[in-house]
Amino acid sequence: MAHADTVIDDTIFHLEDDHGHAESGSSTMLGFWIYLMSDCLIFAMLFAVYGVLGGNYAAGPAPKDLFDLPLVALNTTMLLLSSITYGFAMLEMAKGRVRPMQVWLVITGLFGLAFLGIELYEFAHFIHEGATPQRSGFLSSFFTLVGTHGLHVTFGLVWLVVLMVQVSRHGLIAANQRRLMCLSMFWHFLDVIWIGVFTFVYLMGMLR
Amino acid sequence: MFDNPALLKAIFGRLTLESLPLHEPIVVATFIVVALGGIALVGALTYFKLWGYLWREWFTSVDHKRIGVMYMVLGIVMLLRGFSDAIMMRLQQAMAFGGSEGYLNSHHYDQIFTAHGVIMIFFVAMPLVTGLMNFVVPLQIGARDVSFPFLNNFSFWMTVGGAVIVMMSLFVGEFARTGWLAYPPLSGIGYSPDVGVDYYIWALQVAGVGTLLSGVNLVCTIVKMRAPGMTMMRMPIFTWTALCTNVLIVAAFPVLTAVLALLALDRYIGTNFFTNDFGGNPMMYVNLIWIWGHPEVYILILPAFGIFSEVTSAFCGKRLFGYTSMVYATIVITILSYLVWLHHFFTMGSGASVNSFFGITTMIISIPTGAKIFNWLFTMYRGRIRFELPMMWTVAFMLTFVVGGMTGVLLAVPPADFVLHNSLFLVAHFHNVIIGGVLFGLFAGISYWFPKAFGFRLDPFWGKMSFWFWVVGFWFAFMPLYMLGLMGVTRRLRTFEDPLLQIWFIIAAFGAFLILLGIVSFLIQIFVSVRRREQLRDDTGDPWDGRTLEWATSSPPPVYNFAFTPVVHDLDAWADMKKRGYQRPLTGFRDIHMPRNTGAGVILAGLSVVLAVALIWYIWWLAIVSFVALIGYAIAHTFNYSRDFHIPSSDVARVEDERTRLLAAEGQAG
Repeated sequence: MAHADTVIDDTIFHLEDDHGHAESGSSTMLGFWIYLMSDCLIFAMLFAVYGVLGGNYAAGPAPKDLFDLPLVALNTTMLLLSSITYGFAMLEMAKGRVRPMQVWLVITGLFGLAFLGIELYEFAHFIHEGATPQRSGFLSSFFTLVGTHGLHVTFGLVWLVVLMVQVSRHGLIAANQRRLMCLSMFWHFLDVIWIGVFTFVYLMGMLR
Repeated sequence: MFDNPALLKAIFGRLTLESLPLHEPIVVATFIVVALGGIALVGALTYFKLWGYLWREWFTSVDHKRIGVMYMVLGIVMLLRGFSDAIMMRLQQAMAFGGSEGYLNSHHYDQIFTAHGVIMIFFVAMPLVTGLMNFVVPLQIGARDVSFPFLNNFSFWMTVGGAVIVMMSLFVGEFARTGWLAYPPLSGIGYSPDVGVDYYIWALQVAGVGTLLSGVNLVCTIVKMRAPGMTMMRMPIFTWTALCTNVLIVAAFPVLTAVLALLALDRYIGTNFFTNDFGGNPMMYVNLIWIWGHPEVYILILPAFGIFSEVTSAFCGKRLFGYTSMVYATIVITILSYLVWLHHFFTMGSGASVNSFFGITTMIISIPTGAKIFNWLFTMYRGRIRFELPMMWTVAFMLTFVVGGMTGVLLAVPPADFVLHNSLFLVAHFHNVIIGGVLFGLFAGISYWFPKAFGFRLDPFWGKMSFWFWVVGFWFAFMPLYMLGLMGVTRRLRTFEDPLLQIWFIIAAFGAFLILLGIVSFLIQIFVSVRRREQLRDDTGDPWDGRTLEWATSSPPPVYNFAFTPVVHDLDAWADMKKRGYQRPLTGFRDIHMPRNTGAGVILAGLSVVLAVALIWYIWWLAIVSFVALIGYAIAHTFNYSRDFHIPSSDVARVEDERTRLLAAEGQAG
């Protein structure tokens, strides 16, 4: 941590009492935040690509022919609920209660799995109807944008399981709390991205 | 079993014996030379029992200084490869006149110009720039390491992994024949069905992970780990440029990652992002890759500007003129670099309004850049200039770079660009700014900070030889290309009809030969300096009468950089400390908390290379195995919680006492 804000004696040129290597959690949080922003740029690009290609149906199916909004609404609910339950897990972590926290994490994971399951069902359905990623520029960019989000959720689930094992082994030590905080940011970040997908791809797709 | 083609295909994918370019005598000869050199190197390392030392002290090191030095070694090795490509092209173009085909067939020649661009940008300029930032920034801000030391090691090895993949393409299969940015539809599966573009994609993806993570790491380091008292406006200017460069890396490389992923999807599963049919749009690729590509130019040049600022101030013995304006110029360039990408393809036909916007933003960049040039000139004005090697490179930069900048403004005018687009004028322009700016800056930086890294200076005689060969060679090599470009010669041509043009290419080839002598002199300089290290030794840690904190500690710095965290009161912190009679503390040392070395970075990067090679050759089983191993190993690594240790205060005291003794001896001798 930079100590720029502390008032410093003009004649002192070094710190006698050193805190050693600055391996504090705040550095990790900032680093992870910056990483998330770079990930956000990948999504920004995929949104832009969808914006350019989203209307290129190449005489193939259009959003209106494919999207099933009630199903997407259910899917969205699953992901939003998983964010809330992750929040509950973090509240339990703040109180230092391992067991309830783990329970909330399990529930979060189940909601995440439900989201993925519905998404995979939707994809399979599209492909079965001949709306494959190869069919048109619209479908290439649709599958890539939504699929990249899905891959992120999958990665988040793997991470969640790993963290649950680590918490059960070592408890809520500082390193584990930091990791749980990072995953928390990651999970909520995916939620925000999904709001964008839901709005720009599904809702606005139905208006096209 | 070897007669069964289906089985062979399942095991080796599309890798067959025919993939080895045995029909290309030049490649075979190169391979033999590289193989002999490699065997000699491996033999020597084994004979002198250096493997264990290298593994323990270097490959697994999380020390930012050692990682920085390894980046520099990587960059210099790859410079030799990239330059071989360059001189082969110059030779071909000087020969192939009047019906002569030259000595390179088109299949080989197209790979060479692609590899030259890719290697010089990604595996020469980037490692050298990242290496200098890695080495210098923590020292300049009074920190003991970067924010994430393990990540730093991993980033380095991912960069090496990318370089390994590119080098592999020389001997197994082929490299892309598309030009360094691999525009579709040429780079699509229809026109480039071979492995070349796949080598390109996966080499850049692997190296890109490393670059992005090192960007995150250095931004965090600069924001979080500055010494007490070092406010943002007291940061050394090199640290400022490093901050802006790494912000650019974090904000630009994801775009490259994504656009290459989309190209890979087009090639591997047949999506239609950049295809001509089924609603694809090839020009979208060109837009997207330049949204990364233009900031990339500034990723390279900003640290060079930082180096010139440090060198000018140190060798003129005064504070940098216009520090604040320098900082703001850097920030303005950082922002503007995102608003100019379209000037790379005015000819796309986006219309007068769009072209005017991007032409004007491009011209505006010359204003902060010009301000920087004036700041350096005013720093020199009435300074006590010492023409040591770093200063010579700086002066050569100012003279050369201004020409490159002016031709850049010329190209920013859309109507002029319609004439000069894709001509040798453009080639001359970007070599003028990259060699005259980035490369001269790197050489200035290397000769400036080498004594800090190794405790002895570089030999000045061979340094000056290298300097003159490079500078004169540059002018000989690229001024003819400006002329040719104005006459309408386009880039990437293999043979020529008009015999009147040949003389210009011969002059350019002569320039390339001078640059070759410059590179050889540089290698001799390093060799001679190591031999003469006792005469060139510097025990003070401050050979140039430096002004920033890296000169406050010993050369080479101890693993913990500073026994006590320095406290900063002024912009040029070390100059301020010297002026006010700072006494180095001799007692009271404490334990120092440091990160532990780890081999995880090497292993993860190695698995990534295996995964990339499996994907390039369609060896699906190996791709799955290596991917699972990669994820599994990464997870296993997170189960290791014991990642740091303490250097006992007695060890610190011993190191510091040795420095006290050397300083005292130096004081008596001087």
